[in-house]
Amino acid sequence: MTGRGREIALHGGLVALLAVLAFVLPAYHHGNVARVMVLAVYAMGYNLAFGYTGLLSLGHAMFFAAGMYGMGLPAYHLGLGAGLSFVAGLAAAAGLALAVGVLALRTAGVAFMIVTLMFSQAAYLTILLFGTYTRGDEGLVLTRASRVLAGVDLSDPMARYVAALGLFAVALFFTLWLVRQPEGRVLVAIRENEERAELLGYNVFRHKLAAIVLSGTMSGAAGAAYGLLFGYVGASFAEVQYSIFPLLWVLLGGAGTVIGPFLGTLFMFYLIDLSADITSAYMLIAGLALVLLTLFAPQGLGGEIRRRWAGWLP
Amino acid sequence: MSESFKPADPARRGALKTLAGAAAGAASLPLWARYAGAQSAEPIRIGFQMHATGIGAAYGRWYDRTTRAATSLINEAGGINGRPVEIVTEDDGTDPKRGAEVVEKFANQHNCDVGYGTLFSHVVMGSAPRAGELKMPYFVVSEGHHVASGALNRWTVQPGICDVKSQVLAMAPFVSQTLGKKVTMIFPDYAFGHDHRDFFSEAMAANGGEVIAKLAIPPTETSFTKYFPKIPRETEVIYHVMVGPAVLTFVKEMGEFFGPSRPEIFGFIDSLEAVDLSSPGLEFLEGTYFWEGMPRYAQPDQTPYDAHYRAAVGVDETGASVNDPKDVSTYAHMFGCWETLYVIKAGMEAAGYQGPADRQKLIEAVEAMTDMPHSNEHPQGAKRFNGKTHQVFGPQYISKLEGGRLDVIHTASLEETFYPDEVDYTARSF
Amino acid sequence: MDFGPYLLLASLEGAVTAAVLALMAAGLSLVFGVMRVVNVAHGEFYMLGAVLAWVVASAVGGGPVLGFVAALVVAPLLVGALAAAADVTVLKRLDYDPERTIVATIGLLYILQQLTLMGYGPEARPVAPPFNARLALPWVEWGDAGPQLYWPWGLSITSYKLFVIGAAVAVLAGLWLFMTRTRVGLVMRATQLDGEMAQAFGIPVERVYAGVFGLGAALAALAGVLIVPIQQAHYLMGGEALLLSFIVVIIGGLGSLAGTVIAAVLIGMSDGIISVFFSPTLAKIIATLLVAFVLVFRPRGLMGKAAR
Repeated sequence: MTGRGREIALHGGLVALLAVLAFVLPAYHHGNVARVMVLAVYAMGYNLAFGYTGLLSLGHAMFFAAGMYGMGLPAYHLGLGAGLSFVAGLAAAAGLALAVGVLALRTAGVAFMIVTLMFSQAAYLTILLFGTYTRGDEGLVLTRASRVLAGVDLSDPMARYVAALGLFAVALFFTLWLVRQPEGRVLVAIRENEERAELLGYNVFRHKLAAIVLSGTMSGAAGAAYGLLFGYVGASFAEVQYSIFPLLWVLLGGAGTVIGPFLGTLFMFYLIDLSADITSAYMLIAGLALVLLTLFAPQGLGGEIRRRWAGWLP
Repeated sequence: MSESFKPADPARRGALKTLAGAAAGAASLPLWARYAGAQSAEPIRIGFQMHATGIGAAYGRWYDRTTRAATSLINEAGGINGRPVEIVTEDDGTDPKRGAEVVEKFANQHNCDVGYGTLFSHVVMGSAPRAGELKMPYFVVSEGHHVASGALNRWTVQPGICDVKSQVLAMAPFVSQTLGKKVTMIFPDYAFGHDHRDFFSEAMAANGGEVIAKLAIPPTETSFTKYFPKIPRETEVIYHVMVGPAVLTFVKEMGEFFGPSRPEIFGFIDSLEAVDLSSPGLEFLEGTYFWEGMPRYAQPDQTPYDAHYRAAVGVDETGASVNDPKDVSTYAHMFGCWETLYVIKAGMEAAGYQGPADRQKLIEAVEAMTDMPHSNEHPQGAKRFNGKTHQVFGPQYISKLEGGRLDVIHTASLEETFYPDEVDYTARSF
Repeated sequence: MDFGPYLLLASLEGAVTAAVLALMAAGLSLVFGVMRVVNVAHGEFYMLGAVLAWVVASAVGGGPVLGFVAALVVAPLLVGALAAAADVTVLKRLDYDPERTIVATIGLLYILQQLTLMGYGPEARPVAPPFNARLALPWVEWGDAGPQLYWPWGLSITSYKLFVIGAAVAVLAGLWLFMTRTRVGLVMRATQLDGEMAQAFGIPVERVYAGVFGLGAALAALAGVLIVPIQQAHYLMGGEALLLSFIVVIIGGLGSLAGTVIAAVLIGMSDGIISVFFSPTLAKIIATLLVAFVLVFRPRGLMGKAAR
């Protein structure tokens, strides 16, 4: 098979496998995988900025939350339908990402980490400040009616799974397409050597800004979908640990691989869930697992696969 | 410290012990006979959503101890409908996302009959939609106004603890008549704090008083002195309700700010749950007033019900663990677990509950409940359940801190806690 | 309260915050400057310092002074040793790769939090301060008869808070002398400038790294001990402290101790002073954005040198 064929076979195979699993999985894992797919979209969005462009942000929770609240507030207060409110969520995340990108991209490296971290903290506090509309930390529960998309009730387990899979597939193939486009290659070139990319005549700032906007929008799509599918919009999703999670998932799965974010998200979810079945001190197990993983799988799970078996993995 | 060196979540072991106890019980004739008489000797499984880690962990520990105490008593007395009760504990990390996952785990993985035990309101809000979709009865012990406000669903009930709105309404007459008319409120910038702000301001106005300043403190704050000058000089009463690990700092710095000349101070004990009142820095609170859901210190007129409950949970006269006087309980809230478990029991018995197919009948049976007499099952006081709003009402206590202990000086009656219904869940579909 | 006294009070509170922040951030700055790794577990070392202070003070007995002094000595030593051990067993094997270090230290954070929760419990526990007199402060007002001293309502500080400011200044001065005037400090700075070159000159870089990591953690633990009589020891207290000190280090400029101290003062004071003018949460938002904009318009930080 050619590289191209293998790629499509692998990623198409993953989506097909997940589609089959929709009919096979027991109820509990069915719900978990739906959740993991939505969160994996968040991780893929993060990976666009971090894994491919080398922009380490500690503030992506603000984009996730912008999508979630951009969707949730009009749905809750104005009774907007699921489709329109989802679009509103995307727009909110894209707008915020553009504004943050313009400011934060004046910095690089550690300063970029801190600026995004602080903007995200400010966003979290802003949600609390407007508690009259957001109900602050407690958040909002969306009605069943506002979660109906084109006549399909998204609170139904199968509908939820299919919607999550659809979003996941779109994000996966979009990423795959993007990284094979000239644009994607420029982003990688920026990650590898920004000065050289600049010398070759690329407008580095504009490409980085595009990466941040795409990344923020994809994160916002995940946030909006999460709110719609699970019926809850809350400020805890804007807290700092929700900025750390996608970084962790991407690093675990393998930064700069298309499939890595999904692997990392899935791994971390079941690491917590299964170790909680064994012992109440599950954080201990999770912590040890992270330490051991960094020692023995330095490139993350996806990176390890690429190193050992499949050098062609995108 | 010997107590705390046990695993953070003894509940899982507790569940095993409960099972072992049931097994041992099954060997002895009377219990065996009773279980065998039931259609199934399978245990009733109650999923306990516990704040074992995260910001709610200090509460979660005592919610767990109370749950285990009530469960073992229920099992000793023959279980529910002749079946033993098993508590299945899952940690939710005091996080709404994990909370929802835990509810799914109860329903789909552990085959629990009901979910139960959540305290922090954001976790309730995050979890309740899933409980509704999974059609699993969800008994929260949260004191939030979320249930009675109509934000949740037919499957979510709060039958064991009063909500913040009725607590606050019942305090306003005492504050305005006894302490002063001009109040400054200090509360966390959380929905929970906003409920206090809105309901109390309204109630004070109705009682001829006035809230002259409202200080919402951001949740991650660790130093407070810089905010105190915002307290107007003419303040007669300070009303504080803070949560989280920084509350001791808050109280201490308030004392240092005011020095010898302070206004009257009225606080919700939430500010000092699980905190030893003899901790350094708290001397300042001597002579101030507290709302208590249930009096932490055994009172001179202690009821036999309180004595029974206290002994079963393992709490001494001062509200601390009998094993460690430094390990102070969350006495003003955790009774809600005990009472909720007895409501689940009563509801299942009234509904003739056999298994998950009878979940709807269980909710209907709970909705039909009204008066709950002061008893071993309801040691906090006589209660009234409102089936339409899914919320219980009960007496509220005001205590004064004197000589390092809290003594009840006023009891707000059941009627003072009522307010007009905001929702009729019975009109909603299952 | 009148504006003048309020501003003074807020500034004093800001100074206490700044003092603790500077200590903690100095530790992080050292680690970051020399080893170029982001230590996510740094806040947990601060937490461990506070928790150990409670453990030591409860075990020692014999009055708050003795307990506090014992904690001041024991907690930083223990935490420093623990951190050095973590460096040798984990970080060294990662070759201090920045990304893997982030994951590994997140793992370390989980482990330390869970162990503390199991061993110490979920409560916030106080340690009695060695001394804590409330000092009312005077204010000057120009009346008809010239300047007049008076004692405004609420304007006060405690002797312990003043001590914290003084102690932080002393420790930071000591650290500066150590880095500039001793051989070990020189070795550390050489390693910071160019690790490979230092190795070529026979500097035992591995030992230096372990020492730096331990020293950084010990400084965080010291800050934890100092803060615990004001705040309380709680197993989750490290998170917020980590964020703040991380911010301080970057705003100050990488590897500049002076910059770190200036940034700590800037952030601590602005947090205090801005709270005078706005409602609390709004003040936090404004203070946060303000600090972020410092970096947006001065990406290398206040005292940062050109990137290499």
